[in-house]
Amino acid sequence: MTPLPLVIELTILVLAAFLGFEVISKVPTMLHTPLMSGANFIHGIVIVGAIIVLGNANDTFTKIVGFIAMVLATANVVGGWFVTDRMLGMFKRRPEPKKDGP
Amino acid sequence: MISDPDVVGLLYLVTIVCFVIALRFLSSPKHARKGNWVGGAGMLVAIATTLLFEGIGNWALIAVGATIGTVVGVVGARNVRMTAMPQMVAIFNGVGGGAAALVALAEWHNEAGPAWDSTTSIVLSALIGSISFAGSIIAFAKLQELLSGRPIVFPGQNVVNILVLLAATGLGMAAVAGVHEQWVLWALVALALLFGVMFVLPIGGADMPVVISLLNAFTGIAASATGFVLDSTVLIVSGMLVGAAGTLLTLLMAKAMNRSIANVLFGAFGQVQAGAGTARADDGRTVRATTPDDVAVQLSFARKVIVVPGYGMAVAQAQHDVRQLADILEGRGVDVRYAIHPVAGRMPGHMNVLLAEANVPYTQLSEMDEINPEFAQTDVALVIGANDVTNPAARSDPGSPIYGMPILDVDKAASIVVLKRSMNPGFAGIDNELYLDSKTTMLFGDAKESILKLISAVKAQ
Repeated sequence: MTPLPLVIELTILVLAAFLGFEVISKVPTMLHTPLMSGANFIHGIVIVGAIIVLGNANDTFTKIVGFIAMVLATANVVGGWFVTDRMLGMFKRRPEPKKDGP
Repeated sequence: MISDPDVVGLLYLVTIVCFVIALRFLSSPKHARKGNWVGGAGMLVAIATTLLFEGIGNWALIAVGATIGTVVGVVGARNVRMTAMPQMVAIFNGVGGGAAALVALAEWHNEAGPAWDSTTSIVLSALIGSISFAGSIIAFAKLQELLSGRPIVFPGQNVVNILVLLAATGLGMAAVAGVHEQWVLWALVALALLFGVMFVLPIGGADMPVVISLLNAFTGIAASATGFVLDSTVLIVSGMLVGAAGTLLTLLMAKAMNRSIANVLFGAFGQVQAGAGTARADDGRTVRATTPDDVAVQLSFARKVIVVPGYGMAVAQAQHDVRQLADILEGRGVDVRYAIHPVAGRMPGHMNVLLAEANVPYTQLSEMDEINPEFAQTDVALVIGANDVTNPAARSDPGSPIYGMPILDVDKAASIVVLKRSMNPGFAGIDNELYLDSKTTMLFGDAKESILKLISAVKAQ
């Protein structure tokens, strides 16, 4: 991609930090584990970096390093997503409203 | 047309929006799963965009790498037990950090003479990614009990750690100043890995919620730094979103333990204190053991029971049996609730996930602030493998290591039954005043076996 000026990138970074705090502070305690694994999945975005490195590698060293990065990042993306999905599927409301006893 | 950088930028923007929506949907368990699908779609857009528009070659290598990673990821995610979720999260933190560090190493190798800003990003990505990788592996080993969950300490540990980190930082500064030698970054990575190992080793099991959250933040920040290396906004933003999530959770967890992050990281908390683990207090009060039959009578005739689960329930895999017991009691008109302490278990929200797995409706789970006033109207508080989070010393004894930590007010209940393996002290390595309370009885044994005995005893009532 066309490189952006450093200051613009830093601006984006800072705004993303504020956005992250804002959005995540609304996540209830109950969902903190899925939040962690969901965040795990999102940092799997380094797969983009792994693809760029491996996809443009010309020498053996870069190919090896890029390949390992590719394996790790894919495991991160796929595993992070599946485990989050599995977990969130378990959170259920009470099946029938037989609220409380006497 | 198709290689227009604007199109690529817009597609990556779609990914960013999807990720933010995914996190936004996590504010309620109703929509959370849908949100994860949106996030997944966003990831696919980013991967497709990268593959199509970034001048990619080496397709065979990419395909093989992706296949291996997918198999590992799917098998891991499918088979992991909910009790082992902290390990799983730790390992995913690690691989993400490792990938970020490797991308930095490749860029250092390939760029002839990177500018100072590019070098700074490479250094940060390698440094933080490596710390996260090594730290996560150690956290995994501790949670999986390949290593002792107790703090592993040696004299001068903090000094050595700081020296290692300073040396790594020094190498990083040399690189930024223009020393473009391959070994500089390799040495930096080696030192960062060493630091990652050493900083997690002295941290004990119950502090893991803080450490895992922190490593999560590190990996996010490493991904963000990689974004600066590759001039990729999608990496910068996504990494920072994770960085914010991890940071926020770290602060919340530390607050729930009333400890500073520095104290968690450098305190080697949880070494067993001399004299701990006795069944008798200095003033002659003793612990009273009870039988499943007695507890069954107590539970059957209660109007309200609050279950207080802790790590002991996770270890014994007793969540399904606990739910079964609760169902039987509810069938007899007993009001059953669950009280969840924010740091119960080994990661944020650990107990909620376990009970959700056992089909306990989330409406029945109560957070600490919500449930604490209810203990006073509760007939039986059933404490299952939770210790420090119920210790009244946190309220009353300024000398206690956990003084000031917000706890569940279990001692306010009319009677308390504690399911515990033995009289070993909890993680903090201190005695629990609760066990000496005249209202408390102890049911010793494995949590799962005790619950199964309780179920049959209650059925016989």
